[in-house]
Amino acid sequence: MAAIEARPRTLISPAQLGRRRGKVTYWIVFGLTMTVFTLVFLGPLYWMITGGLKSTAEVIQSPPTPYPKDPSPETYGDAWDRLNLAKLLGNTLYYAFGALAFQLVLCVAAAYSLSKLRPVLGNVILGMMLATLMIPATVLIVPQYLTVIDVPLFERNLANSPWAIWLPSVTNAFNIFLLKRFFDSIPQELLDAASMDGASRIRTLWSVILPISRPILGVVSIFAIVNVWKDFLWPLLTLPDPDKQTLNVGIYSLSTGVSENVLIAAMTIASIPTLLIFLIFQRNIMSGLTAGGLKG
Amino acid sequence: MSAPALTRSEAPKGRPSGKHAAGPPAGRRREDIARSIRRNLSAHGFLIGAVLCFGFFSWYPMVREFLLAFQKNKNGVTTWVGWRNFEQVINDPAFWQAWRNTLLFTALALVLGFALPFLVAVLLNEFRHAQGYLRLLVYLPVMLPPVASVLLFKYFYDPGHGLFNAILGSVGLPEPEWLQSTDTAMLSVVIAATWMNMGSATLIYLASLQGIPGELYEAADLDGAGLWRKIWHVTIPQTRLILSLMFLMQIIATMQVFVEPFLLTGGAGPEGSTTTVVYLIYQYAFNFNNYGAAAALGLMLLLLLAGVSGAYARLNRSSGE
Repeated sequence: MAAIEARPRTLISPAQLGRRRGKVTYWIVFGLTMTVFTLVFLGPLYWMITGGLKSTAEVIQSPPTPYPKDPSPETYGDAWDRLNLAKLLGNTLYYAFGALAFQLVLCVAAAYSLSKLRPVLGNVILGMMLATLMIPATVLIVPQYLTVIDVPLFERNLANSPWAIWLPSVTNAFNIFLLKRFFDSIPQELLDAASMDGASRIRTLWSVILPISRPILGVVSIFAIVNVWKDFLWPLLTLPDPDKQTLNVGIYSLSTGVSENVLIAAMTIASIPTLLIFLIFQRNIMSGLTAGGLKG
Repeated sequence: MSAPALTRSEAPKGRPSGKHAAGPPAGRRREDIARSIRRNLSAHGFLIGAVLCFGFFSWYPMVREFLLAFQKNKNGVTTWVGWRNFEQVINDPAFWQAWRNTLLFTALALVLGFALPFLVAVLLNEFRHAQGYLRLLVYLPVMLPPVASVLLFKYFYDPGHGLFNAILGSVGLPEPEWLQSTDTAMLSVVIAATWMNMGSATLIYLASLQGIPGELYEAADLDGAGLWRKIWHVTIPQTRLILSLMFLMQIIATMQVFVEPFLLTGGAGPEGSTTTVVYLIYQYAFNFNNYGAAAALGLMLLLLLAGVSGAYARLNRSSGE
C-alpha cells in the first residue's frame, strides 16, 4: 500500500481508491483492461506464431482452431527455404546496419559542427534541413526515386544497390535535430578544456562528446535500424531484384505463391528481430519516443 | 566509462595565440582571417557528408517535384506543358474518389486513432499495477514489420475462414464482408492501421499525463468535481498543447496513407473504395510512367497539407494569447 501513497496524484484520489467500493471498481476495471489488452495485442501474435505450426488444411479451417492440433515445426523450416528467408534476412540486416553506420557518422558529424563549431551559414543549412520535415515524405517519393535511378553529376543508377537505402537514410533531419539539441546541452567549458589539452576536433568529438551522448546515440541507432526494418515502399521501388530485396518486400512479393501456413511462419520469422530489439531496448525506445518529442 | 582519454598532465601546449604577439594591426587581421577560414573549413568538413546527402536526396528532389509537375517526358525528351498535368489529373475519374477516400480515412482515423490512444492513456495512467506490461502491449504492434501486421489482418478479415467473422458468428452478430465490400473496406483499413500505430501516440500522451501537477486534481476534488468534469477541466486543458500537435501530426500522416490499403486491398479495393491520393500518385508514377501527373497530384497534396499546418499555426497563436 505504501507504493500507492508514493504515486503522483492522478484523476482518481487515493481516498476514493481506499474505500471498499473504489477498490472493487478498480480491480474490475483493471482485470477487464488486462484481459482485453492481452487479447487484442498479444492475441494476433499468438495466432501468428501458432498459425505457422498448423497444417495447410487446419490454417484455413472454419472456425479457426484455438491451438494447432498436430504442431508441425517443419513449416518454419519450409518457410525459411521456400521464401529464401536467409537471403532476405541477410539483406535487411546489411541495409539496416549500413544505414545505421552512415547515419551515425554523417549525422553526428553534422550535428557536432552545427552545435559546437558553428560555421558560417550553419544556421541556414540547419534551417534547410529542418524544412525537409515540412514536406510530406510520400510526395517526395517520386522525384527521390527518379534521382536515385539517375543520380545527377555522377550519372549512376543506384537501383538494386545498398546505396539506394543508405544515402537517403542520412537525410533524416529529425536525427540531426535530436543530436544537435543534445550536443547544445554539453557545456562549452568541457570542450575548451579538451582543446586546451591540445585535442583536435575529431578527438574532442570522439573522447569528450560521444561518451556523454550515449543515451541519445542509443535512441538514434534503434530508430535508424527499426526504420529500415519497417520501410516498405522505398525498398519496393528501389530494390526490384529478388536477390536484393528486404524481408518486407520479399515476403510480400512471394505471398501469393505459397500456402497460408508457410506464409504465416515467414511473417513470424520476419517479426522476431524487431520484437527482440523492442524487448531488449524497450526502455530506450520508450524514453526516446517521449523525450525526443513527436515523430508520430 | 571510457572517460576522456585526455589528461591534464599533457599540459596546455600554448597555442600560437595572437594575444601577446604585438604585431602590426594589418598582419594581425590577416592572421585572424586565416584562422577564421581554417576554422570554417574544418567545421564545413564535418558538415559536408550530410549536406551532400541532403542535397542529392532531399533538396534536389524537392525542387524537382515542382519542375516535374509542369513537364512532360516523352521518349526521353522533356517539354514544358504548363498546367496540363494538373488538368489531366483533375479530369481523371479517380481523382475525386481518391480525395473522398483519403478524407474518409483521415476522418475515421481521427475518430479512432486520435481519440482511442488518449482514452487508453488516461486509463493506463490510473492503474497502480502492471502499467509497464500494458504499455509494452500497446506499443508491440508498432515494432512489427508492416508486412506481418497487415497480412495478419488480411487473414482475420477473410469472410470465409477469418477469425473476426468466426468470433462475430459465434456470438450471433452479423458477419460483414470487411475488405471485400465497398461499405466496410475503408473502415477495415482504418481499424488495422489504428491497431498498428496507436502505440506511439499512447506513450506520448502517457508521458504528458504524468506531467500534470497533482494539486490540480486535488483542487478539483475539493470543488466536488466528478470524474468527467475532472477530465474535461483538468486533464484535457493540461495536455492541450500535445493533443493539438498530435491532432495535426495525425492529419498529416493519415492524409498520406498508402502502405495499409496497398497491402490489404492491393491499393484500389472493391470498386476503388480504398484508392487514396498517394496510391493514385503511385499508380501514375510507377504503373503508367506518368511522372508529370504524379508530381502534379503530389503538389496538390503538399499544398493542402501546408494549408493545414498553416491554419494550425495560426489557430495556435491566436489561442495562445
